[in-house]
Amino acid sequence: MNAPLLSINNVSKKFGAVVALENVSLHVGAGEFFALLGPSGCGKTTLMRCIAGFEAPDAGAIALNGVDLSGVPPFRRPVNMMFQSYALFPHLDVFENIAFGLRRQGEAKDAIDTRVEELLAMTQLSNLGRRRIDELSGGQKQRVALARALAPRPKMLLLDEPLGALDRKLREETQFQLKEIQRLTQTSFVIVTHDQDEALALADRIAVMRAGRVEQVAGPMEIYDRPATRFVAGFVGETNFIEGRLVRNSGAALIAEFGRIPCEPGDLPEGAQATLSVRPERIGVEREGEGIAGFVENFVFRGETTLLRVRVAENVVLRAAAGHGERYAIGDSVRLSFPPGAGTLLAEER
Amino acid sequence: MSRRRRLSLGQRLVIAAPYLWIAAFFLAPMLLVAKISVSQSVLARPPYRPIFQFSDSLAELWAKAQDFTLDSYRALVNDTLYVESYLSSLTIAAIATLITLIVAYPFALAMARAPERLRPILIGLAVAPFWTSFLIRVYAWIALLKDEGLINNALMALGLISAPLQMYATPGAVVVGIVYSYLPFMLLPIYAALERQDASLREAAADLGASPAQVFLRVTLPLSREGVIAGSLLVFIPAVGEFVIPDLLGGSETLMIGRTLWNDFFSNHDWPAASAAAIALVALLMVPLLLWERARLKEEGAR
Amino acid sequence: MSAAASYARRATLLAGFVFLYAPIVILTVMSFNASRLVSVWGGFSTKWYVALLDNEQLLHSAKISLAAALVSATIATLLGLLAAVALARFGGFRTRLLFFGAVHAPLVLPEVVLGLALLTCFVALGVGRGFVTLVIGHVTLTMCFTTVALLAALRDCDPTLEEAAMDLGATPPEAFLRVALPQIAPAIVTAFLLAFTLSLDDLVIASFATGPGATTLPMRIYSQVRLGVSPQINAISTLLLALVAVALGLAAAVSYWRAGRNFRGMKTLARSPDKAS
Repeated sequence: MNAPLLSINNVSKKFGAVVALENVSLHVGAGEFFALLGPSGCGKTTLMRCIAGFEAPDAGAIALNGVDLSGVPPFRRPVNMMFQSYALFPHLDVFENIAFGLRRQGEAKDAIDTRVEELLAMTQLSNLGRRRIDELSGGQKQRVALARALAPRPKMLLLDEPLGALDRKLREETQFQLKEIQRLTQTSFVIVTHDQDEALALADRIAVMRAGRVEQVAGPMEIYDRPATRFVAGFVGETNFIEGRLVRNSGAALIAEFGRIPCEPGDLPEGAQATLSVRPERIGVEREGEGIAGFVENFVFRGETTLLRVRVAENVVLRAAAGHGERYAIGDSVRLSFPPGAGTLLAEER
Repeated sequence: MSRRRRLSLGQRLVIAAPYLWIAAFFLAPMLLVAKISVSQSVLARPPYRPIFQFSDSLAELWAKAQDFTLDSYRALVNDTLYVESYLSSLTIAAIATLITLIVAYPFALAMARAPERLRPILIGLAVAPFWTSFLIRVYAWIALLKDEGLINNALMALGLISAPLQMYATPGAVVVGIVYSYLPFMLLPIYAALERQDASLREAAADLGASPAQVFLRVTLPLSREGVIAGSLLVFIPAVGEFVIPDLLGGSETLMIGRTLWNDFFSNHDWPAASAAAIALVALLMVPLLLWERARLKEEGAR
Repeated sequence: MSAAASYARRATLLAGFVFLYAPIVILTVMSFNASRLVSVWGGFSTKWYVALLDNEQLLHSAKISLAAALVSATIATLLGLLAAVALARFGGFRTRLLFFGAVHAPLVLPEVVLGLALLTCFVALGVGRGFVTLVIGHVTLTMCFTTVALLAALRDCDPTLEEAAMDLGATPPEAFLRVALPQIAPAIVTAFLLAFTLSLDDLVIASFATGPGATTLPMRIYSQVRLGVSPQINAISTLLLALVAVALGLAAAVSYWRAGRNFRGMKTLARSPDKAS
């Protein structure tokens, strides 16, 4: 990554006694699709509002292209936002909504017409320019909001839960459209979401946030396969947490209550208490053979896989995904195997 | 924290006009009334002895402060006319509020249970008279209530009574006038509370074995409590200080504080007495409002 | 709903509306009664309306009332708008509580007390009472109603719309004018009409605040009404009722037309399902 477009340095923000952001530092490159992911109340929306200029950080600095933004009001920032509620102006039609930012910049009428038509085409709204906002469907409104925010050619587009109000089917379709538009416009997108699937599907890089702090910044695959903390492992995707003691000699492994699980030790010392995070689909399930013995306590059919809840010890139940074709019943004995590198070893939480 | 902040110049300009207006034509006059209420009554114009003047020095102010008198307030308590006016105002307003509630509740319930597309039309029709002249609506009742008015005529024509009933110029007529004039104030909050109620709550109660009467008493009525309280306050508070209705529909012996105040001011020219009565009235009306506010805060705190 | 309940509902509605409208209807009918007596129908006549035209005092007062209502409603709507903006959008500024209380106080204050306070103030300042003091009184009375109506409208108006406008380059005043103001336009009209009718109708404040040259229509009506039922008053009352009825009818028609437009919009939507889905 060359010089970052957006740099956030040690930003903190409190609302009364509530800490919304604590020492957050992030960098977003030009043309990057970046996601802020976290549960509600983690501070992701506050961070976005700080970037847009609706909130001022108590400490720290936000700079765009190396220019400090503190004290710059929202209407002078070359950053536009797509609101979660879309915030479309109900008294203006589709065309005028999209033209709003251009008119504020005082562009010539012809230039505005051309630009709006271009955006209408890009968002597949071409013949809807004169529609009133309350005559649009949810998906159309979402595209008008996107076109309106893109119209003034912002250096960076902020998207607050852009797919949150859409139903499941429309969401996937729209994910592809968003990616396509981002690629076409070469604009940096920063998306705020609580939906891990959305972040994994869309973003080049993801920052996982929790209680005002950034837990991990990495690409989608790394976030999924190599979560940095127990929180990230638990929040993104499904996982099993296996507690145990690390032994490093004769092939590193975690000694758990119910058996020995091979793992990569990282830089944890011999004998350390640690937690292994293993995704259900990385656990091998066989009727018999090597591996940890258990019995099926319950199962849910998920189409491609069947998720089993396997009891392996008095008080330990692991979730494992069995491949298509094999039928299991409650009470069946199974053997669980853990290929090397199946999980990620996490140090005890501070 | 951004809780109590200074306003920007632009914001100050926005707020300046309404603020100055309120200060000059509401706060200052109210302070003046409070001041006059502790002045001594004299027969002059203005009929009170000024307490402060703009040229007063501090020493003079102090000397004049010795002139403060609670005579007007003392007189208020001793003057049977005022005491009776207050008591009669409170009684009439309370009775009228209760009757308004009894009239408005079934009306609001019937509107809230009407088919959904009819509701805006019904509530519009119910509120429309509120937009017409209050004075005229009160006046219209004179023709109905008078001895030779329409109600007495109709009753006599039907042979139900032989001599006209004395309805006009009685406290009862004042109550009718208040019920009629303030009905929308009771109707709207109750309607709003009832219309908000989820129909499935009543179905759930019925499903659990409650009879229609029990559904009403145990579900509908308790859930509309806030509307009833708000409506009652909206009727009771202005009714206490009402002038037009007792003056037009009440008899000369129907005392209400608004009317007594008016007469004291225009006929007797006892400004300190009238001012003291006005201040006392304001204090009296603050009581239910403060109680309501406290109950509301308590409920919010409990949540 | 059971048949009995539905019947009871209709009976209640009928009784309620009869109670609300009967006195008004009777008043209107009486204004066309040739007889002076309420109890005697002397045949249809418009003579009381004709007599109104000759009653110069009444016509003069009507003009004063209309002028005062127009001026005071305009000022009260403007001041109410500014006050509502301050209360809805400026957050917790110092002295907000005092401002909030003072703006709302006239709502619960008996009119007699407000009128008395205004009169003492005018007398103390040595201001001659007349049209100007009448307007001042009415603005003070009606401003709290306009503020409440506009404050409610501004609170319903989504603040993210203004944020979106600012995000797109509009300065805060520009965002308010271009986005919030169009949203609350219907409420502004309502607030103005409310202030207008309250001023037109007011007797108490006017009696305290006005002077000999500017007697308002309600004051004239009041002084006649105290003497008993008068056919001429019936006639002018009917005219005022008709005025309000026409205004309310227009307002209802406009909102019906707007609702109809929305309905048509919904139908268009139903016919052309979202292409993306």
